[in-house]
Amino acid sequence: MKDTKKIRFLLQWADNSLILGHRLGEWCGHGPVLEQDIAMTNIALDLIGEARNVYQYAAELEGDGKDEDYYPYLRKERQFYNALLLEYKNTDFAYTIVRQFLFDTFHYYALLSMMDNSVDGRVKAIAAKSFKEVSYHLEFSSDWMKRLGDGTEESHSKMQEAMDHLWEYGHEFFMKSPTDEWAIESGLIYDLDLIYKKASNFRKEVIKEATLEIPETPYFKSGGKIGIHTEQLGFILSEMQYMQRTYPGATW
Amino acid sequence: MVKTETDSIWKILKEVVDPEIPVLTIQDLGILQDVKIEGNKIIVTIVPTYTGCPAMDMITVNIKSALQPHGYDDVEVKLVLEPTWTTDWISEEGRIKMKNYGITPPQEKSTDIRSLLGKDTIVPCPRCDSKSTKLISHFGSTACKAFYQCNDCKEPFDYFKCH
Repeated sequence: MKDTKKIRFLLQWADNSLILGHRLGEWCGHGPVLEQDIAMTNIALDLIGEARNVYQYAAELEGDGKDEDYYPYLRKERQFYNALLLEYKNTDFAYTIVRQFLFDTFHYYALLSMMDNSVDGRVKAIAAKSFKEVSYHLEFSSDWMKRLGDGTEESHSKMQEAMDHLWEYGHEFFMKSPTDEWAIESGLIYDLDLIYKKASNFRKEVIKEATLEIPETPYFKSGGKIGIHTEQLGFILSEMQYMQRTYPGATW
Repeated sequence: MVKTETDSIWKILKEVVDPEIPVLTIQDLGILQDVKIEGNKIIVTIVPTYTGCPAMDMITVNIKSALQPHGYDDVEVKLVLEPTWTTDWISEEGRIKMKNYGITPPQEKSTDIRSLLGKDTIVPCPRCDSKSTKLISHFGSTACKAFYQCNDCKEPFDYFKCH
């Protein structure tokens, strides 16, 4: 019998990395300076590599001749379970950094929890591999938060604007979907509340040092984890999938 | 010592170089994990350095083309995630070759990574050995390297990050 719940948990994990990886890839050739252009595309490479490892595992559990390419190329919008923040358009470098920072703080502690505590050996191994890479992502985004937040008047106001817009997307990671509840109960991932506590403390410290303000938010946006997305995901998928949709099974 | 077929395959594979840092062999990097012979088939097990590293596909091809002239046509290259590759496995010889090539080898043990945040590592210049250097970017020409500049000789250089 197929382990559909575990597959769903794996997709929720991998989709976050795939969609953000795709967004960061859009910066290729458009970065503010060469070094950051390269940094963002290197992070994209790490994230897509992580997604690939997780999709391979999901495909093995799924059987039916499915492979890692099935998930990015042939699923419909409602079958993607990434958090909404990650599909948010690049906008400018400030938005890109705030988006990265909010994700990295979650990603870092989530991977740490899985590599230390997961009952599934494969999940542990993938998490341990990516954790090393993500610790550099977090260092990168934290440094830029501080550098631009505590930079010039203009960089500060751009960063604050990005914070004001993106903060309400930053909590969905910690809001438990039915899949999360199941995964915690099954011991695949440790309690999200604890991950939230650690991530939140880290965020506060960096934001304070960056001289930025946490905006007042009446509610937090969510829905991605159950497949309800913003209009932006459709644009990503149409670009990512058009080749496979037009020429099914095309390979290099 | 009896020279077995596995030994001679190891010997061939030891010469396969990394496509990004061609002075280093996959043996120096600690990527090469295992060689097995099953009938006519050779199974080579390697571990990836970085999950999204495009060099891994290239290395797979290079392993096959190194063995082919020796009559090994049926070669499977297996990528495994366990044990997790770490820069601690880069050999002493590999570190010296890396430095001579202009890349500063990893300065820490991978166990230090958990305390990575908020602490600065001294990364010496591979050319003049000065300890006064500055970080230009967390990511250099590839994901595994960071970009630094020497404050003394002013040369920019790559640092192979601890992993």
